[in-house]
Amino acid sequence: MTAPVTVKPTPIIQHIAWTISDTIAVTKRNLITYVRLPQLLVFSSIQPVIFVLMFRYVFGGAISVPGGSYVDFLMPGIFVQTVVFGAMNTAVGLAEDLRKGLLERFRSLPMSRAAVLAGRTLAEFVRNIWVVALMCGVGFAVGFRVHTDPWVFVSGLALLLLFGFALTWVFAFVGLSTGNAETAQAASFPVMAVLVFASSAFVPTESMPGWLQGWTNNQPVSVTLDAVRALSIGGPTASKVLTSVAWCFGILVVAVPIAIWRYRTKV
Amino acid sequence: MQSDDSSNNAIVVEGLGKSFGDVTAIEDISFEVPRGTVLGLLGPNGAGKTTTVRILTTLIKATRGHASVLGIDVSQNPQAVRERIGLAGQYAAVDENLTGRENLRLIARLTHQPKNTIEGRVGEMLERFDLVAAADRPSRTYSGGMRRRLDLAAALVHRPPVLFLDEPTTGLDPSSRSDLWDIIGELVRDGTTVLVTTHYLDEADRLSDNIIVIDHGNIVAQGTADELKSRLGAVVIELTLADQAQAGRARDALAAIGPSEIDTHGKSLELKVTNGTQALMDVVRILDKENITPVDLGVRESTLDDVFLSLTGRKAGETNGTPESSPIAGEKA
Ligand SMILES: Nc1ncnc2c1ncn2[C@@H]1O[C@H](COP(=O)(O)OP(=O)(O)O)[C@@H](O)[C@H]1O
Ligand SMILES: [Mg+2]
Repeated sequence: MTAPVTVKPTPIIQHIAWTISDTIAVTKRNLITYVRLPQLLVFSSIQPVIFVLMFRYVFGGAISVPGGSYVDFLMPGIFVQTVVFGAMNTAVGLAEDLRKGLLERFRSLPMSRAAVLAGRTLAEFVRNIWVVALMCGVGFAVGFRVHTDPWVFVSGLALLLLFGFALTWVFAFVGLSTGNAETAQAASFPVMAVLVFASSAFVPTESMPGWLQGWTNNQPVSVTLDAVRALSIGGPTASKVLTSVAWCFGILVVAVPIAIWRYRTKV
Repeated sequence: MQSDDSSNNAIVVEGLGKSFGDVTAIEDISFEVPRGTVLGLLGPNGAGKTTTVRILTTLIKATRGHASVLGIDVSQNPQAVRERIGLAGQYAAVDENLTGRENLRLIARLTHQPKNTIEGRVGEMLERFDLVAAADRPSRTYSGGMRRRLDLAAALVHRPPVLFLDEPTTGLDPSSRSDLWDIIGELVRDGTTVLVTTHYLDEADRLSDNIIVIDHGNIVAQGTADELKSRLGAVVIELTLADQAQAGRARDALAAIGPSEIDTHGKSLELKVTNGTQALMDVVRILDKENITPVDLGVRESTLDDVFLSLTGRKAGETNGTPESSPIAGEKA
């Protein structure tokens, strides 16, 4: 028998300090990947650019929106769509880390149990800032105009980034659960498609059947989209923004603990 | 560190068991590893080696039994255990997009090394593991042997007193293998306690002070390499006959001395005996009487291969489809 050993518990302040420094270290590690493999960033940027051009010039002529230009209606849709699909990267990245044994190593270290996931989602947050900036550039180039104050528009973008951040935690859970990049992608896509396309992203919901409108008007993607759209083309914003923010925090409150739980108990 | 364990054992495992649903990965395993020694956990694929390591390194919880590292219970105080162990898993867990240096720096930060010591320590590890020239290249470009060395360096950045190595040389060419063995030898000389799993018998023989043979989640034998060998016949008499018919006759004739096995080519016989000299004389006498003249006759010390075969009824690595005891896979670039 071994004599029991007493181990002093780590003081809470120390624990918090380590959680922060671990998260920074992991975030940096994930961002280095984007610097080393710029093609990842390039390819994930090309798709939204093509979407802008396609909807603007190919379908745009056939779609009319009440009281405004289609491009002004469209751009917030593209923003949200890009951020939502981009969130799938989180699942793919974590599934890869899992497959390569990196998560196993991290889990054997005395590091914070939250840092691997927080570092991943924060890196995605940084990537989203870049992607959204790029979208704005392309949008302005094809005639997108902001009809509100610049700072109102920027707060719309901030809401967008918050929404993207909340979703990356959902996909952190998906990635850890599937454990393989292809499955993670296959599992995520249908859900994302229903959220993005059955929304007001590309066409006004008034053209949809009534039963569908109940969904499209209240699901988180539409709600966020309406808020972002209102913040760029004007109209009543307060209740839309509040509902969207509530969705973001609601998603975070559920997704963060279950993703961390999945990470800790992954067999 | 905060622990002050009076015990001499770095690792203590008592009645450990783990089931995954219906699958019993390990059934009932108990052992101790004295500080500063190397324990070899030897067993075929699926024996339960990795599961044992994963429990000891706090990655999964045991279903039954207890385990402690440096006197700290792995399930009650996993965080304190993690501060004191290093793990190099079955696959080299390095981030391919980071350079060797960045990989080590990351682990140094995540093990909470004082900031001002990190660069020095990382440089030291790169030097020790012969990675200086490649230090600033993405590890994607490394050979299999270099990745393994980086992986081991990562497990050691924070100077853990207890090191777990799960099949550290699987997939390596012979020279990378012996490099790694030398490094492990050095660590042990410096006082590190090591638990190494392997299905290579020569590796267990070469590295370990004590060996535990496990199969189907249970310990089937333990002792030093020499003890294990002598327990199951210290000497093997090897005979090669002219053809298969003669081999069969020789086996029947020699049955009085002990059971022997004919190898896959059908022309060679192996006879395990305890008293080599006496048995050899008997063999010669009997064969002469039967008018059988061997093409070749030799005596050798029994190897752990022989031990393993008689304990588990299989050759090491057989479940893997490679009945070889030495690695045949080259470096995975
Ligand atoms: N996560 C798991 N889920 C289900 N079965 C598992 C799991 N891990 C290991 N096993 C099973 O437990 C047994 C022992 O596996 P393992 O410890 O990996 O053996 P070894 O490392 O000796 O090859 C095997 O039969 C394996 O299939
Ligand atoms: Mg294994």
